[in-house]
Amino acid sequence: MGVMMKMVRAGLFATVSGVSLLVMAAPGAHATGMPQLDFHNPLVTGQVIWGAVIFLGFYLVLSQVMLPRVGRVLEDRSKRISGDLDVARAAKQDADKAVAELQQARKDAMAEAQANLQKTLDAEQHATDQKLADISARLTAEIADAEKRISAEKAQAFGTLKEIAADTTQALVSRLTGVTPDAQLVAQKVDGAIAHRNI
Amino acid sequence: MAGGSSIDVLGQFELRPVLGGLGEALRFSQSPLYMILAACLVLAFLYFGMRPAAVVPGRFQAAAEVCYEFIHSMAVDTIGPEGTAFFPFIFTLFFFILAGNYIGLLPFSFTFTSHIAVTLALAVMVFLLTVIVSFKVQGFRFFAHFMPAGASMFLAPLLIPIEILSFLSRPVSLSIRLFANMVAGHVMFDIFASFVIMLAGFGVVGDVFAIGPIAINMALVALELLVGVLQAYVFAILTCIYLREAVAH
Repeated sequence: MGVMMKMVRAGLFATVSGVSLLVMAAPGAHATGMPQLDFHNPLVTGQVIWGAVIFLGFYLVLSQVMLPRVGRVLEDRSKRISGDLDVARAAKQDADKAVAELQQARKDAMAEAQANLQKTLDAEQHATDQKLADISARLTAEIADAEKRISAEKAQAFGTLKEIAADTTQALVSRLTGVTPDAQLVAQKVDGAIAHRNI
Repeated sequence: MAGGSSIDVLGQFELRPVLGGLGEALRFSQSPLYMILAACLVLAFLYFGMRPAAVVPGRFQAAAEVCYEFIHSMAVDTIGPEGTAFFPFIFTLFFFILAGNYIGLLPFSFTFTSHIAVTLALAVMVFLLTVIVSFKVQGFRFFAHFMPAGASMFLAPLLIPIEILSFLSRPVSLSIRLFANMVAGHVMFDIFASFVIMLAGFGVVGDVFAIGPIAINMALVALELLVGVLQAYVFAILTCIYLREAVAH
């Protein structure tokens, strides 16, 4: 610590003496002819006063007139740009809204069309079903009718078959035995045979 | 300088009264004249640049706006939200120095930033401004600057003198940096230009060799254009940094 303090003190001393030497050397430098250090010349010191006046005037004109003017132009520009941006943003919002509305309208129209189509399809389906039901009812009736007719024909055919069988039996028996069998008995036997065969 | 009697590199910094006796009486040399010229040029640039006040700027207006926005962002980014209050001051400072540096590059003109009286006055103005702002914002906590937060109390006897010294050296370094850069650049111009004239005295061979210093001077102009804007920037940004320290809570 002590050494350091000593060093600092030595440094300080050197600096102070250096500065004072410089100050003392200044008139010497003036002697060798550095016009800037010729402080006896009133023009050298006059610069400070004139410089202060000119600098102050320069500062006042700049700070009161010129710089606000430049600042205003820059501010106007940034205001205008931000204003234009706001307008553009609003326009974009409007456009977005219009697009959304358009899409909604399209969606609605599509839904309506879909509903209409469904309704038409349903009606058509209904009509077709009705028609099919009608047709099938008619067909069923016709089938029932035809079946009835067939069974009638069948019964008739069976009746005829019985007669033919009886006649054939009578003819066969008379040809084989020469005796004509009793028609009543033959018919009874045929009926029995038919019942037996379950025709 | 020391060697050749024909080389007078410091004559260019000589101040002469303008308008004879009147200038002498008012202490008005060409230096204030060039300050007025610099201020008028900057104001004219802004005035004619911003005259159209167009929403879509032309080249001239865009250049004026770039200057405004460059300094504005520098002030606000460095100082913070309070930077808007100091923006006109930083703008004035930057363009006063920049115009002074650049006008000085024109032949037969004068560079007022090559005078330590001018740069020291500017630096002291900045220094006083930071001290006043600091006292206004922070009150007596201003003195807390000289003891870095979190540092050990053991180091206080070491740190506080160093901090005070570094604080007081600010205007010195600020002013000498600008002054020395401008003087060095103009001295170099003068030396190499003198070489050309000296070489011209050696006939044809000298004429041929004189191309060297001319080329060097051309390169120096480019360098000085860089130095001119850089020194103005350094002055302005350091002012911003000092002000940020002053407005910090």
